[in-house]
Amino acid sequence: MLEFSQQVINGLTLGSIYALIAIGYTMVYGIIGMINFAHGEIYMISAYIGLITITALTVQFGVENVPLILLFTLVVSILATGAYGWTIERVAYRPLRGSPRLIPLISAIGMSIFLQNYVQIGQGARDLSMQPLISGGWRFGPEAGFQIYLSYMQVLIAVVTVIFMTALTLFIARSRLGRACRACSQDLTMTNLLGIDTNRVISLTFVLGAALAAVAGVLISLYIGKINPFIGFDAGIKAFTAAVLGGIGSIPGAMLGGVILGLSESFASAYLLTEYKDVVAFSLLVLVLLFRPTGLLGKPEIEKV
Amino acid sequence: MPRHFSEAVLVALLAGLLTVPILGIQIQVEGIHVSLEGNPAPVLLAMAVVFLLRLLQVPLKAASGLMHITRRFPLPTHLPTAYRPFLLALVIVAAAIWPFTASRGSVDIATLALIYVMLGLGLNVVVGFAGLLDLGYVAFYAVGAYGYALLSMHFGLSFWECLPLCVIMAATTGCLLGFPVLRLRGDYLAIVTLGFGEIIRLLLNNLDHLTGGPDGIGNIPKPTLFGLEFARRPSIEGGTTFHEFFGLDYNGADTVVFLYLVALVMTLLILYMINRLIRMPVGRAWEALREDEIACRSLGLNPTVIKLSAFGFGASTAGFAGAFFAARQGFINPESFTFIESAIVLAIVVLGGMGSQIGVILAAIALTALPEIARQFAEYRMLIFGLVLVLMMIWRPQGLLPATRPRLELPVRPEAPQ
Repeated sequence: MLEFSQQVINGLTLGSIYALIAIGYTMVYGIIGMINFAHGEIYMISAYIGLITITALTVQFGVENVPLILLFTLVVSILATGAYGWTIERVAYRPLRGSPRLIPLISAIGMSIFLQNYVQIGQGARDLSMQPLISGGWRFGPEAGFQIYLSYMQVLIAVVTVIFMTALTLFIARSRLGRACRACSQDLTMTNLLGIDTNRVISLTFVLGAALAAVAGVLISLYIGKINPFIGFDAGIKAFTAAVLGGIGSIPGAMLGGVILGLSESFASAYLLTEYKDVVAFSLLVLVLLFRPTGLLGKPEIEKV
Repeated sequence: MPRHFSEAVLVALLAGLLTVPILGIQIQVEGIHVSLEGNPAPVLLAMAVVFLLRLLQVPLKAASGLMHITRRFPLPTHLPTAYRPFLLALVIVAAAIWPFTASRGSVDIATLALIYVMLGLGLNVVVGFAGLLDLGYVAFYAVGAYGYALLSMHFGLSFWECLPLCVIMAATTGCLLGFPVLRLRGDYLAIVTLGFGEIIRLLLNNLDHLTGGPDGIGNIPKPTLFGLEFARRPSIEGGTTFHEFFGLDYNGADTVVFLYLVALVMTLLILYMINRLIRMPVGRAWEALREDEIACRSLGLNPTVIKLSAFGFGASTAGFAGAFFAARQGFINPESFTFIESAIVLAIVVLGGMGSQIGVILAAIALTALPEIARQFAEYRMLIFGLVLVLMMIWRPQGLLPATRPRLELPVRPEAPQ
């Protein structure tokens, strides 16, 4: 039972990260119906930007106030990564609007390969590790037996994720632009006819998705403390799985899917074999697409002539 | 002009913002000591390039207008039909004679290029003709390669005995995967095949007792010529080697030339089969399905069966090429079957022009030969590769040598009847 609770804690932490990335996939898919294959790379880039900002603050400028470092890193990372999201949409996807589905997908694959190698050239292919900024945690359970370990970092990940999810939900539900986003996801052409600049809304979606991926990237570089240019590919596919699992196009679905995927991966590595945790994630993706392509909370898509 | 100028400045600033954290500041790790190092040159270069591109956008647009003209009048890829068999025979004869005159290294690269030609042709059936985006194509390639390696290791079967078995295995895998998956819409299919490709690679990596894990399988025998081995000494007692049988001196280059010729024959076989298939009802159905699935359904075609046949054929081609790959390398490990490999084959199809076989062949040769020629840019190879994929989709999604299809259109009358 104690080990089970430990796996739930680990799974929820991982799931929060997946959920943050998955929202980027689901929002873009909900509006323009394309899989933004380069989204995982955005997350990877944000992890690098986060690491650089933290190093700059702690080593170059000697800042020691941890909350200040965190806040500043998040802001810098969100801004820079948001710029990446905007640029990628502008350069690689906007010129392809209205072409057959496979064309933007191939362009996105190209973008993903490009970004991965771009970071590899800029920062090297090796693992970069960092000193933990926040260490320590609470232990529960008997002194001698199995103890549940809940680190401060895990709590921080959960808190930050909840804050950003709430902010996003409020933004989509209450603000003018959020309403425009919802309108676009229902009918892009009609929204355009009603005088909403849909290109702007689409750009905003990419920026929002990138910003949330940036939060995930900063959190993961603090949590695991090790990054390389290849982390984006796996995380991207898994977050996409989460988005599909929850029902692609649905924001609560992406959150739910992320948590389920995080939990199942954490259980798989605890009760099966660690090497097979990725197999479990990918098998889950294949199975969901086969048996419930609309996901848990998604709406079926009707193809019209 | 001032507006262009201020826009160019803005875009250059954006480029600066984007490149500073990745190219401009480098993280240096020495032991536990982490420091940052500024590196302004690439950032300034990127800003300058973007600034100039933006400033010269208008003249560049005019130049791309010229590209529009070439798009409307594609290069003449169709020769008069009477010359075609003659020309084809000439190319085949030249390709068969060439290795005897060329250096060992270039024949070796050409063999690799032929493997990619086979993969490209196979994927072209799936992506180009049937319009199914398969991002896990390398999985079937791995099935073929590991199939041959394991069959020869455990059962002592020869390359020629394994080849049909590998094709059958890959086709079976393709059909097993395809049957449930092909009902899905296009982009979901892409992701499922991608997931499947990763599953295969992870399994190869982790089933140590069967596949040797990350260490792979070595000592895979090379193909033989009717039982004659290409080696200095026969590997089995009482066997005969090629040079002993013909009374020649042993020459290591013979193996390379022989492998090239085997690859050439295999490629021609695939090419012949595809060219027959696309003229048969099933091939016509592939293209029809790609163009309009609903119309196909209403004409009584079963979409799942048609997609499955294309998918299975593509998979079997990959298995065919995979078996040869294992035989040529003599050693395989899961590293040869990563997603990048699938992406390269996809790029070959996209660059050549989906559905255009001559385009795919030329693109495969170009993509294998160019990195060998431009070795000093090896670091930038994949970077350029990704960029080319994006740019191709923007400017020429139909590929460099688009497939030309016979078509008839009703003449447009200037005065439409009211």
